[in-house]
Amino acid sequence: MSPRFEVGASVRVRNVSPPGHLRTPFYIRGCQGVVERICGPYRNPEELAYGNRQADRVPLYRVRFAQHHIWPDYCGPEQDTVDVELYEFWLEPTSENAHAA
Amino acid sequence: MSEPFPERSHHDLGGLPAGPIPQGEHDYALWEKRVDALMVLLTKPDQELMTVDQLRKGIESLPPDAYDRMSYYERWIYSITQALQHNGVITTTELGQKLEELQRRPASSGEST
Repeated sequence: MSPRFEVGASVRVRNVSPPGHLRTPFYIRGCQGVVERICGPYRNPEELAYGNRQADRVPLYRVRFAQHHIWPDYCGPEQDTVDVELYEFWLEPTSENAHAA
Repeated sequence: MSEPFPERSHHDLGGLPAGPIPQGEHDYALWEKRVDALMVLLTKPDQELMTVDQLRKGIESLPPDAYDRMSYYERWIYSITQALQHNGVITTTELGQKLEELQRRPASSGEST
């Protein structure tokens, strides 16, 4: 499975919370960031957790977010960021995305 | 109307108010080191008896009060126990028999430093 997003692509984290084993923290759901790197393909941990050893390999990304976008009351420097590792199925392209395939 | 299930799991604390984080070093008890070593052996690629993802799922499935009450490695051993039973590596009966056997031992045996 080749990665859908390139480095530099603008992505939004899906804002969903299905009952299950979720590897995306609550605080980052719905937030917009930029792909910092493609970490490679890994078996889907949300399926591995239920014992499916043959879970599909899916691309994992490191996505960079601006702190002041995530926390409305953030009072640190404007350029502060946080990187979160997210699986591709948690990400969708944004309207300003020129890089999405 | 309340949600039928929580959007945010109890363990998922990122961004919530919390107290200061203890920054000091601390020692681990022998049983805690054993639990850690057990997990290494159970997840060896050539004879994987459970996955680290199963470990996480078991920990994150704990009821909130149990999650808060249990220590880090207590959560681990609870989850390892659940996963090994789910995967058919051990049975509940075997586990019960072993626990009974251990309870019959003199209190001092089995402990070392």
